[in-house]
Amino acid sequence: MTNKIVIAELTKGTINPATAELVSAAQSMGGEITVVVPCTDATTADAAASYDGVAKVIAVKSEVFAGNDSSGWASALDSAIPNGTVVCLATARSKDVASRLAARRGLSIVQDVVSIEGSNLTSPIYSGKANQTVTANGDVVLTVRANVFNAVGSGSSNDVSVVDASGDVKTAVQEVMQRASARLDVSEANIIISGGRGMGSPANFTHLEAVADTIGAAVGASRAAVDTWEEIPHSMQVGQTGKTVNPNLYIAVGISGAIQHLAGMRSSKYIVAINKDADAPIFQHADYGIVATWEEALPVLQDSFSSLLG
Amino acid sequence: MFMNRILLEGLIVMPTVAVMIKQVPDTNAKISVQGGRVDLSSVKMEMSPYDVFAVETALRHKEASGGSVTAVTVGGAGAEKILKDAKAMGVDNIVRVWDDSWGELDSNGLQSVLKQAIEALGVDVVYCGKSAADTGAGSTGPGLAERLGWSNASNIIGAEFGDAVIVSMPVEAGVAKISVPLPAVISCDKGDVKPRKANVKGIMMAKKAQVELMTATAPSSTVAIANHSMPAAKPAGKTFEGGSSASQVVQLLRDEANVI
Ligand SMILES: Cc1cc2nc3c(=O)[nH]c(=O)nc-3n(C[C@H](O)[C@H](O)[C@H](O)COP(=O)(O)OP(=O)(O)OC[C@H]3O[C@@H](n4cnc5c(N)ncnc54)[C@H](O)[C@@H]3O)c2cc1C
Ligand SMILES: Nc1ncnc2c1ncn2[C@@H]1O[C@H](COP(=O)(O)O)[C@@H](O)[C@H]1O
Repeated sequence: MTNKIVIAELTKGTINPATAELVSAAQSMGGEITVVVPCTDATTADAAASYDGVAKVIAVKSEVFAGNDSSGWASALDSAIPNGTVVCLATARSKDVASRLAARRGLSIVQDVVSIEGSNLTSPIYSGKANQTVTANGDVVLTVRANVFNAVGSGSSNDVSVVDASGDVKTAVQEVMQRASARLDVSEANIIISGGRGMGSPANFTHLEAVADTIGAAVGASRAAVDTWEEIPHSMQVGQTGKTVNPNLYIAVGISGAIQHLAGMRSSKYIVAINKDADAPIFQHADYGIVATWEEALPVLQDSFSSLLG
Repeated sequence: MFMNRILLEGLIVMPTVAVMIKQVPDTNAKISVQGGRVDLSSVKMEMSPYDVFAVETALRHKEASGGSVTAVTVGGAGAEKILKDAKAMGVDNIVRVWDDSWGELDSNGLQSVLKQAIEALGVDVVYCGKSAADTGAGSTGPGLAERLGWSNASNIIGAEFGDAVIVSMPVEAGVAKISVPLPAVISCDKGDVKPRKANVKGIMMAKKAQVELMTATAPSSTVAIANHSMPAAKPAGKTFEGGSSASQVVQLLRDEANVI
């Protein structure tokens, strides 16, 4: 069994809790596990010191990790981490970095893994219409989807060693146009509430925002909503030509459940659908379906969430 | 045959642009599995949707800077249809890279082959899709860039063309404008651009166009497909009537699903 190297996911400068899921994904392949924390400040890695089942933790300190250049990330990581199979989280940035890291080491990469049995890795293909299982002979780089593997416990106190690294940054940020709203983006949310054409008007999305604020969710949209209403930006679109998400909970409101919408959200852990049409295809994919208009259902949903979490 | 850079008055450098395109099943197609493999025998094939944005971006690069655009695919003879589609949209050259001994290339094999093709073509900038509609991976652009030692940017939603390409791409804080020096590999999301439709003249030209064949050496695969399978059917969910049932659903999200 070769070594497994888990690259901690860095979100807004801290370790994303899904990193504990990566450790358990690595465990299912066997071998000794090293957690590598890309950071600009070594104390960031302290959060990884408590993971169970880990042999060592390495904080790789470099200014490149403050930016987004994947060449910089991959070269800094490559210089600091041992050989072995590398496990990353399947987010947009980490998939890019992982691809570069694999290429740098002449390895193959397997993205979006959702199940592991020894050296057999399974990922969705054709937007989740089928699964592909591959057998890895030797080391590979893989990315693992969030919310699929159980997180390891955190009762240990592993030593953290610190390595300084430099990276080969090739691109330069010229400006960042801050997101107009301070709302969470669908690609980083654990709970998403999305509206479709059935919302009737863009103004009605405020009802979705109110629920989102109560439960800490991001607001998403179907393509019909994005295409019909200028006020609903493409960045909110979930689906084949929008974002692929797999949150713990996806609430679809006034969305029919077209195949292209399903392509972006069907791997969500739990799906709730609110639709006035009992025959809407979305209900075939929902864990909990509510046949009602959103006008009837959303106020009750909002009140129930508030009293539960209030 | 392929000129790398054409120097005009020794000053203006016109880039050689390449765009990588892949043939995939029509995204509306029903996918079925026969004998442990996806059965594509009766499925209509087309250019992967994000690759259409890549072709459009490549053509705009040429329109801004001059030079030429070459569309490249790695695939069997059946994949020539999408090369003709790219030609009809306006690319100058179409290239298919293949060797019958390859079978199923893993990502290391595919990227090695593409690297050799791009080097042989003497390219300055490569556009590709953010992910192919079959794999959904998004590995090829950044992986190819690393192998070539080039810069890259992924999932771009806009581009301005100059000595460097200034791309717009989503980052944690919002949308960043990033300067990507050439040579570079740039992967395209659906962005502000609306891909052009082929006109009649383009389609006629494409019919007559010659596909250039290239080959390369592929390393043996280390990742082999074991099988394809249909996703496990989701157990039937619970359905409730009427808006007031939303309170029951919230309770179940807490007690049964444990997600709230
Ligand atoms: C190449 C391609 C790519 C695509 N990519 C995407 C994509 O990325 N994402 C995407 O979403 N779509 C995509 N689509 C479009 C997709 O096919 C559907 O057209 C779209 O998802 C429909 O959006 P919708 O469900 O909001 O609208 P509709 O299908 O019109 O459904 C509206 C629903 O709202 C319900 N409703 C109406 N009033 C109410 C009410 N008061 N209360 C409750 N329910 C109500 C109706 O019963 C209906 O089910 C793509 C299509 C193509 C061809
Ligand atoms: N066989 C291929 N031939 C040419 N380009 C490809 C091929 N496979 C992938 N690509 C390009 O790489 C992009 C990303 O593919 P993938 O990494 O499989 O998601 C695609 O959108 C294409 O632009």
